[in-house]
Amino acid sequence: MTRLALDEPIALPALRLSPRHYARALEGIVWREWLRFLGQRGRFFSALVRPLVWLGIFAAGFRFTLGVSIIPPYETYIPYEIYVAPGLAAMIQLFNGMQSSLSMVYDREMGSMRVLLTSPLPRWYLLTAKLLAGVVVSVLQVYAFLAIALLWEVEPPLWGYLAVLPALILSGMMLGALGLLLSSTIRQLENFAGVMNFVIFPMFFASSALYPLWRVKEANLWLWYACEINPFTHAAELIRFALYGQVSWTALAVVVFCLVLFMTLAVLGYDPARGMIARRGGAE
Amino acid sequence: MGSALEQDRQAGAAPHARRRTAALPPALEIAALSHSYGSRPALRDVALSLYPGDFTILLGLNGAGKSTLFSLVTRLYAHRSGSITIFGAAIDEDPATALSRIGVVFQQSTLDLDLTVEQNLRYHAALHGLPRRRAEMRIVAEIARVDLAKRRGDKVRQLSGGQRRRVEIARALLHDPKLLLLDEPTVGLDVEGRQFLLDHVRGLCRNEGIGVLWATHLIDEVGADARVVVLHQGSVMAEGTVPEILAATGTASIREAFDALTRRSERKP
Repeated sequence: MTRLALDEPIALPALRLSPRHYARALEGIVWREWLRFLGQRGRFFSALVRPLVWLGIFAAGFRFTLGVSIIPPYETYIPYEIYVAPGLAAMIQLFNGMQSSLSMVYDREMGSMRVLLTSPLPRWYLLTAKLLAGVVVSVLQVYAFLAIALLWEVEPPLWGYLAVLPALILSGMMLGALGLLLSSTIRQLENFAGVMNFVIFPMFFASSALYPLWRVKEANLWLWYACEINPFTHAAELIRFALYGQVSWTALAVVVFCLVLFMTLAVLGYDPARGMIARRGGAE
Repeated sequence: MGSALEQDRQAGAAPHARRRTAALPPALEIAALSHSYGSRPALRDVALSLYPGDFTILLGLNGAGKSTLFSLVTRLYAHRSGSITIFGAAIDEDPATALSRIGVVFQQSTLDLDLTVEQNLRYHAALHGLPRRRAEMRIVAEIARVDLAKRRGDKVRQLSGGQRRRVEIARALLHDPKLLLLDEPTVGLDVEGRQFLLDHVRGLCRNEGIGVLWATHLIDEVGADARVVVLHQGSVMAEGTVPEILAATGTASIREAFDALTRRSERKP
């Protein structure tokens, strides 16, 4: 029997992260989100009620005060319900993105965040996978909303339903990344009311979701500037054009740019070496 | 590894001799580690070594820096000074390897209450990249070991505090780590639950050569066979076996030793 020199410790093999490991983790993260979604069906339906109230009540009242001229992607005069539906789809994603990302803070989910972050995969990957898992749920909500919106004669071309999928994934990721960024940096936004007042409402109202921007420009130039630089406007436009089988290249560029920007900042925020969490001891 | 340790133990070898024969690098080695939140120092120049099979109690009052130490070892926070290695893998240079060797039970529960025991464990197995079949085998084995086989399909919400802790230990061991970190694992448990946990984890050290760092403020959790690290106001005040610490402090019990050590530091400015 060979004896090892006592002062020479055995080196254990280093872990090589395989593509399979990455795939298993993504599968696990999406699967967990799905299970949580199944367990919280009440939340799913209440999230559907919100846009339907807008569509059924607000839009009915608003349609007579607002004439919509022919603007792309639409080719004819359209009732207000048809204009507002894509904006409401984006609203679902906005709420969902903020809710699922901020739940890491305000639901004291830091606990499960720890399980995620102490697993061996790189943090950027784990956070992206978590975002993607949240987007899966929000995309389902949007499709459920679009199905019900048929009752209001919101009837985009059939293949628009397919074309909108990549747009929903991109915009959902972008809005989720924004939520993640907020959760990693701003401690004060621990309750959802604060987020509603300071993030969701300003983003939603200063956008093209509810009214076309040319009307806003006529009313108030500064508000129009605000709408133009608001990433949510571009998320809504990306979805609107895609639903009618077209691509708004400006919207696409802005959404992708913001996704990369927000995600990079969020990953830095969660970076153990640089992030806010390490500096203030946030995960205590 | 386990058998070598067992032979040494049967031969009555001293702890140091035991470690050298094992010929493995330390399960956890911390050197010159300091950390602060802003200007508030949380850890000062901490050093400790923990070998496979060691049951080490990290003893300190609340606020002594135990949780900070855990967060640094699990890379929730990055350390800016000093070094942390897990079986030779530096946590800042090769976090993937280092983290794959650690199992951890945090102070606050990190289970999904609305998922079943089994679902919680499957999620963890996926994060650690265990192939599905192996994951199932490991889950069955670990659940049985903490005596919860009958509860595997129950939601965690339906379990008692002690049972939840046991699920967390089963989960921490799924990926076969050789270093187990537990941060105040017995908080809120009844006597029976505490005893089960202590016995189970001591068994892991003894039978499988797992190195354990068990943080607590409860002095009565320090058994006669434990190694103890006394942490006070961010500094290590003493490290060694119970007899070593008693000898160094000239006291008769670990409680007296702890009082002496923490009082001594408070007299210093």
